Amino acid sequence: MKQYITRRVGYSLLSLFLLSLTIFLFVRVTGDPTTLLLEPGASEEDIVNMRHQFGLDQPLWVQYGLFVKSFLTGDFGNSFYYRSPVVDLYFERLPNSLLLASVAMVLSLLIGIPSGVLAAVRVGGFWDSAGKVFTLLGLSLPSFFIGLVLILFFTVYLGWLPSSGAGTAAHLIMPAFTLGWYFAAAHMRLTRSSMLEVLGSEYVKLARLKGLPEAMVIGKHAFKNALIPVITLAGINLVVMINVAVVVETVFAWPGIGRLLYEGISFRDFPVVQAVVVIGGSMIIVVNLLVDILYALIDPRIRLES
Amino acid sequence: MSQPLLSLEGVSTHYVSQQGTRVVRAVDDVTLSLGAGETLGIVGESGSGKSTLALTLMRLLPPAARIVSGRMMFEGEDLLTKSDGEMRQVRGKRIAMILQDPMASLNPLFSIGNQVGEPIRVHEHASSSSAWQRAVRLLKSVRIASPETRVSQFPHEMSGGMRQRIVGAIGISCEPRLLIADEPTTSLDLTIQAQYLNLLRDLQREHGLALIFITHNLGIVAKMCDQLAVMYAGRMVEHGPVSRIFSAPAHPYTKALLGSIPRMADGGERLTAIDGQPPDLANLPPGCAFAPRCPAVTTRCRAEAPPQFTLEPGRGARCWLAEPLSMRSSAA
Repeated sequence: MKQYITRRVGYSLLSLFLLSLTIFLFVRVTGDPTTLLLEPGASEEDIVNMRHQFGLDQPLWVQYGLFVKSFLTGDFGNSFYYRSPVVDLYFERLPNSLLLASVAMVLSLLIGIPSGVLAAVRVGGFWDSAGKVFTLLGLSLPSFFIGLVLILFFTVYLGWLPSSGAGTAAHLIMPAFTLGWYFAAAHMRLTRSSMLEVLGSEYVKLARLKGLPEAMVIGKHAFKNALIPVITLAGINLVVMINVAVVVETVFAWPGIGRLLYEGISFRDFPVVQAVVVIGGSMIIVVNLLVDILYALIDPRIRLES
Repeated sequence: MSQPLLSLEGVSTHYVSQQGTRVVRAVDDVTLSLGAGETLGIVGESGSGKSTLALTLMRLLPPAARIVSGRMMFEGEDLLTKSDGEMRQVRGKRIAMILQDPMASLNPLFSIGNQVGEPIRVHEHASSSSAWQRAVRLLKSVRIASPETRVSQFPHEMSGGMRQRIVGAIGISCEPRLLIADEPTTSLDLTIQAQYLNLLRDLQREHGLALIFITHNLGIVAKMCDQLAVMYAGRMVEHGPVSRIFSAPAHPYTKALLGSIPRMADGGERLTAIDGQPPDLANLPPGCAFAPRCPAVTTRCRAEAPPQFTLEPGRGARCWLAEPLSMRSSAA
């Protein structure tokens, strides 16, 4: 068990190292931030000064070293554009992202779980086929498209909902639905397959042999067991949602972390992009690590394999 | 003779493929009867239709299966004419069934008391607390030590033998008249098996249960059963009192089965195996299904399937060789 955890932690650290190196190099491929930050016609001296101020005149390995050091000390440096600490910017936006992700998660579960159960109970029937179409659309339609279609209907034609910004519940509806859409399809698919597996189990057969009403067989004996993998996936997806909402937050101008990342990329704000990507990546890596360890604690077979 | 508890007349269950092109005759024209408190053993190799027959009795077949003909009289009512709702009133209350795999039969998320008390709550509308009290008594009756603690534990805290006894407790929870046990001891080791069989026999005596015992173990049949039905390729090829069949089997398949049991007394003699494979149920030979493997096969066997011949009251065989011995052809 100790060996297993050590190895898992090792893999996690390796992933984190590769992620930080990749993002560090990629932002620098996009070009020189000073050309965006200085007015057109700025003197050569101004450019050199600014490059020196941001530490961009130092060799790459020194810059990377400073980045890693700043990450380890929890201080992510200052934004090139806002000139304020990246940490402050990040935590200013985080509550908005959490709110959006939580509402999108609730929506995705409210849609995904009942429709998954229905598809499994009526396997091969109308609801199952309808569910398959829904899953296909959910997993393949890009969120910017859905976002724009929603804006077209509910803002442009009907005038019911605001197309951008944050502050009221009405602002939340469309972004949350757009973000939750993909996950609703993912949760539905897992609920369906998990439910089908449980419905074929011996204890469900015994529940039927006991003469229980079908609602009790499905609602009590099958559903509770089928929910376990869905909850695990939803937990991981919540972290994913906080971090992948870039497109949705951009379409709806939602002031979350995704939008911070988008702005950071637009302005070549290296510290912001690096921080958002590495913090987001760390969250996902840590959650996966925790899940791996929890599974090992629950299932002795995984422990023995190592 | 008084009316039997259960009697099947010409019951057939077929699996039909989605296009309706392939029909598997899993249970074909089975006729048998069982009196109150009696024990019937059903033997046959895997795929011979034993379990399908049991699920036919419970009317809990997979969606592809259809009960195509027959009557199933239980306590004077035909189970095949009952609605799904009426059938639910029978399951678990008047007819109960125990499944093969005790490790998988209990739901891992609910306490033992919850699962044992469930049929009592549903069928007798008992309150949770009285169902819980009944569950404790039931655990005691299946000889689980310290039932008061065990009742609030979960399946993963129990051994395989204990779980199977708990499944037995669920089976008898509503005092059914008939208990069907589908290979209930296959996954238990020999000592636990013997204990469990004794327990079932005691429960049967105490509650006046009729028992249908599905097994492929003829040793268990000899120990437990009054009546025996031998299944081959979906058909009941021989049935009758256990002692009569063991001393003078009428069907060559039964003879072969009895010949494949190891006996201590035989010393170094080799066991006889039955040559060949059981037939494809979707593509049965035109005559007797056992003909391709039968040591006593005749040309008539290959051409024409034998009807059930009654050898004496309550004893019959589906074999042309039994015809001269029969009282009268039941097919006539």
